[in-house]
Amino acid sequence: MIDSTILSRFQFAFTLAYHYLFPQFTMGLALLIVVLKGLYLRTGQDIYNRATFFWGRLLAITFVMGVVTGIPMEFQFGTNWSRFSADAGDIIAQTLAMEGAFAFFLESAFLGVFLFGERLVGQKLHFVSAILVWLGTWASGGFIIATNAWMQHPVGYSITPGGRLELTNYWAVLTNSWAFVEYLHTMTGAVITAAFVMAGLGALYVLSNRHVDYGRLFVTIGVIVGVIASIIQLFPFGDAEGRQVADIQPAKLAAIEGVFKTQAGAGIVILGQPDPAKSQLDNAIIIPNVLSFLTYRRWTAVVRGLDTFPANQRPDAIEMTLAYYTYHIMVGLGTIFIAIMGLAVLLLWRRRLFTTRWMLWILFLAMPFPFIANTAGWFTAEIGRQPWIAFGLMRTASGSSPLLSTGTVLFTLLGFAGMYLMLGLLYILLVVGEALRGPSASEAEGKVATAESFLD
Amino acid sequence: MQTLWFILVAFMLIMYVVLDGFDLGAGAIHLFAAHNNQERRTILRSIGPVWDGNEVWLIATGGTLFFTFPILYASSFSGFYLPLIVVLWLLMLRGVAIELRSRIASRMWGEFWDVVFFFGSALLAVFFGAAAGNVVRGVPLDKQGNFFEPFWTNPLDPRAALPGILDWYTVLIGLLALAALTAHGANWIAVKSEGDLNLRSRVIARWAWVATIVLTAAGTIATFAIQPAMGKSYTTRPWGFIFPLIAIAGLAGMGYFNWRKQDLRAFLSSAAYLVGMLASSAFGIYPNVLPAVNPANSLTIYNASASQYALTVGLIWWSIGIILALIYFFIVYRRFYGKVSVAEHGEGY
Repeated sequence: MIDSTILSRFQFAFTLAYHYLFPQFTMGLALLIVVLKGLYLRTGQDIYNRATFFWGRLLAITFVMGVVTGIPMEFQFGTNWSRFSADAGDIIAQTLAMEGAFAFFLESAFLGVFLFGERLVGQKLHFVSAILVWLGTWASGGFIIATNAWMQHPVGYSITPGGRLELTNYWAVLTNSWAFVEYLHTMTGAVITAAFVMAGLGALYVLSNRHVDYGRLFVTIGVIVGVIASIIQLFPFGDAEGRQVADIQPAKLAAIEGVFKTQAGAGIVILGQPDPAKSQLDNAIIIPNVLSFLTYRRWTAVVRGLDTFPANQRPDAIEMTLAYYTYHIMVGLGTIFIAIMGLAVLLLWRRRLFTTRWMLWILFLAMPFPFIANTAGWFTAEIGRQPWIAFGLMRTASGSSPLLSTGTVLFTLLGFAGMYLMLGLLYILLVVGEALRGPSASEAEGKVATAESFLD
Repeated sequence: MQTLWFILVAFMLIMYVVLDGFDLGAGAIHLFAAHNNQERRTILRSIGPVWDGNEVWLIATGGTLFFTFPILYASSFSGFYLPLIVVLWLLMLRGVAIELRSRIASRMWGEFWDVVFFFGSALLAVFFGAAAGNVVRGVPLDKQGNFFEPFWTNPLDPRAALPGILDWYTVLIGLLALAALTAHGANWIAVKSEGDLNLRSRVIARWAWVATIVLTAAGTIATFAIQPAMGKSYTTRPWGFIFPLIAIAGLAGMGYFNWRKQDLRAFLSSAAYLVGMLASSAFGIYPNVLPAVNPANSLTIYNASASQYALTVGLIWWSIGIILALIYFFIVYRRFYGKVSVAEHGEGY
């Protein structure tokens, strides 16, 4: 049954997944830019400063995309999820509004200072503004995670006689244990994205024998940051996230791991297609006892299956299947990232990376995959939480706006689709233009883009 | 506490209108004020470093409204679903136009984004005005505090039981907003530019000023006719007349300083006019926050607010955040103080 609630879910999922393509890159990149600018101030070598400007230009384009696609997210709580907003706004709006007060003003003000350049503001303030932009983006992420963490694991509230939720403990909301683990997991994912993009673009430069000095610098920084981030993402952060899910949302764990029946010594599913109607996995490849060990640190521990949850307390068939796949995509890619970055660092250490073309090809082609992994991770978290909008407190179907018609929501959903298609094409045009022109292009040439020839 | 937050949210909204108002106004007139690429870029450079920060006031206002009056936020955002989403699309197009126009040095590329920038800015001004008109006129709230307005139902009858977003009254307020922001934006460009562009902006500011006077008079008469609670607020609390007086003083200053060629003072006068008008409206609907067609269903600062605890905690961190924000704004505006020149270097807008 397609109703306006399900269309609102599509619209929120689409606009949010699209939006998050940009912040995951800017949050990671802001950190790498601080590193580049810091290296310049330390060594005085011009290459670092030019690299800072180059990535600063890409940061600016991406940041604009993040801002313009982010504004609809705050609006949609009210437009599409008015009952949730009215009943839980006492709590979730605190953290959302704090993002505005503490992160947005900081980011927007100092990104302007950073982009207008060192000539206007001097080296010191330029470096400080790079740091403030980085802190602003990471604070932004923190408040959003705190909001989402409350939806995953509500704390610090009470229920009024009228059925609304009221904030009773502000610190409990900000220091939600769920938020802590989720934040580390999410931010590390963002760093992985930026590291892969930097390494991938560097690999392209080395492979195509253009801007080679910059290419080597980008690959070096990308793979060193990438290998560290990829490893800590699996352990301890990913591991902690998984155990937290097992502890607080066991139905989600059962869904994403494909555990239909409660069992002792549960195995971990590497591959296989869930068949929810028959409660089984087809073509499954399972390593026995590993899931029990990873979750409870005992090889024979009992893992609850979907069969122990009433149908209205767990994801339905299609949600379960989607969460299962997105989770396996995320974990599978995360494992591959460690292998790629580990191998690249090994070759870098043996001083063979820049002559090993197949490895550079892999780094170049790997660029899109962290975006996919991060997106898949968010689908796992959000779909796996269903049927709840606030876990255990409010159902998604009870949170939507009551008077919206399907026609209205479909109209705006299609409008967003068209708008975002256009934005995506523009973004690609500009980013590819910047990347092809490269970091060694002077700022005067900076105006002459590749697209000029066919537009004039 | 609710009254305090009503004032603070109104303050943030007014900050937004005064700040983003000049870059919206600049967009609405840039096709007419600037006659060549250099002048276009001067206008863009004058708003380039600040438009994004100005728009953050809208986001921050939305966020603050959400946590202080969650029921109002939920009700009005879902009720104004269609115009809000259209506003979002316009904000996106406009932001992209400002940022991308000068990234590719091509005439066609520039022309395209100039037109997008114009329509985005002008339509946003009209939509924001119409939104204010809707709030003052009242909306068809039901007992649960929900409503949904289509774009229009019966545009000739603002007192209909089920009014739409656009009727003659809200369109009138929309045009008033366009005229006022045009004057405000023209004053801003005059402050930030020299030569021909400066002179043309001043001429536009003068015509927009005349339009603003006419529309302000018409809008005020229509408002008191359509929303009787408005008049009652002023008769029961006559000290509120200070706000319309600020608006009138601003309006007078706009004309006087324009004639004296004192651009910065003219700009401050148009800012004062906007502050006066918005404060007058907010004062007039208080203690309602969203009047209903059936007054029994109106949302007030009391039945739409968050819990006392949330309001108290929020006041603490909000005060810190807003002081920090004002400090950043001071730093940024001081860095980019003075006239804009495009020739000095190629980077940017």
